[in-house]
Amino acid sequence: MDVHIEHLCKAYDGKPVLENVSFTAAAGRVTCIMAPSGRGKTTLLRILLGLERADSGTVTLPEHCRWSAVFQEDRLLEHLDAMGNLRFVLGGALDGAAAGRLLAELGLEDTAGKPVREFSGGMKRRLALARALLAPFDLLALDEPFTGLDGDNRERAWRCVLDRTAGRTVLLVSHELPPAGEVDLVRL
Amino acid sequence: MKKSTAQNSIRPWAVLFWLLVWQGASMIFAALWPNGHLLLASPISAAVRLGELARTAAFWRAVGGSIAHIFGGFLAGCTLAAVLAALSARWRLVRELLAPLAAAVKAVPVVSFIILALVWLDSRSLPLFISALMVFPPVYLNVLAGIAAADGRLLEMARVFRVPLGRRLTGIYLPAVLPYFRSAVSLALGLCWKAGAAAEVIGLPAGTIGERLYTAKVYFQTPDLFAWTAVIVAVSVLFEKLFLALVDALAGKAGL
Repeated sequence: MDVHIEHLCKAYDGKPVLENVSFTAAAGRVTCIMAPSGRGKTTLLRILLGLERADSGTVTLPEHCRWSAVFQEDRLLEHLDAMGNLRFVLGGALDGAAAGRLLAELGLEDTAGKPVREFSGGMKRRLALARALLAPFDLLALDEPFTGLDGDNRERAWRCVLDRTAGRTVLLVSHELPPAGEVDLVRL
Repeated sequence: MKKSTAQNSIRPWAVLFWLLVWQGASMIFAALWPNGHLLLASPISAAVRLGELARTAAFWRAVGGSIAHIFGGFLAGCTLAAVLAALSARWRLVRELLAPLAAAVKAVPVVSFIILALVWLDSRSLPLFISALMVFPPVYLNVLAGIAAADGRLLEMARVFRVPLGRRLTGIYLPAVLPYFRSAVSLALGLCWKAGAAAEVIGLPAGTIGERLYTAKVYFQTPDLFAWTAVIVAVSVLFEKLFLALVDALAGKAGL
């Protein structure tokens, strides 16, 4: 089912952030929402994730849909290692082998036992992406998921997203186009 | 987690200095008055008396009795404070309801509570109740502050990923609360032993350190008074170290 956003408005302290935003994210496709900084991209995702309420307008989502997300910040448990962070979200459903494969694809294979607080910014970002891809979801929200990643890591991360989201709906918020692949573009 | 700073550390030479001052003062008292040694017993006579007491079964019974009452009260107070702090963090009504109670327990002199509680309770339950009461405000307020300090962005993340409450408690709340709980426990254990011993001295439950302190006062046995005081300080410090080591081990296991 598609995600419909109609006439969405949101203001903070009287200052409009989202003004009459309308678009449809097609089911099973990647929709890239592009806008310059400060134009409400993150606010839009927060409304979709149910973390904020819009002032007006409607959001129509599939019934009982499960979200997964890469937030604007990494939002990792700094005292745990990579697997600890994945286990926090997935609990007993964590498939250690699948998680190990994805971490290796993202270049995080040698991090066992190392607390996240000792990770570089790029490593934290890749782990946040791994967490979002391993969690069960129907809709995936990605808020600037490639921040802090260099060219190679960026392409590797994007390949992981495409491989693991085939046929599922992805909302990618970014100020620039992803490295490759076919995406539906929405400009705010 | 941060432990005591070097600024607060006690140096052996400083302890030795004050022991010498104490010894000198007691020698001056003994030289100036015929029974001066009773007014201020020397550290040596207190240590000798402590050694004599420690060889008796009654000594260990008194120490065990006080530990059971006071530490039992500490554990009960800690548990109640932590549970009520969690409820207060969840429901504002509970927080508003408990705020005057915590403030009153903090402000009212402990001796007022002891005398009042003596009207309601038997002397054996008194130190347990008073210890629990003394522990309640610092643990309650600190645990509440720790819960409030939990990272809101992590809680949002857990909500989006539908993380169950148990994992949110251990992964997000516990790391936020532990440093606050540690400093509250460090403060509360000292308070607990001071107030608990005072309750024993007033309530006089049989076979406790407080009862022995009172007897020493009645018979003017100042070496016994110092010996029992040293026992209270030693047990209080020992329990603080043990309990904090337990909290630190728990924090270490959680990777904090």
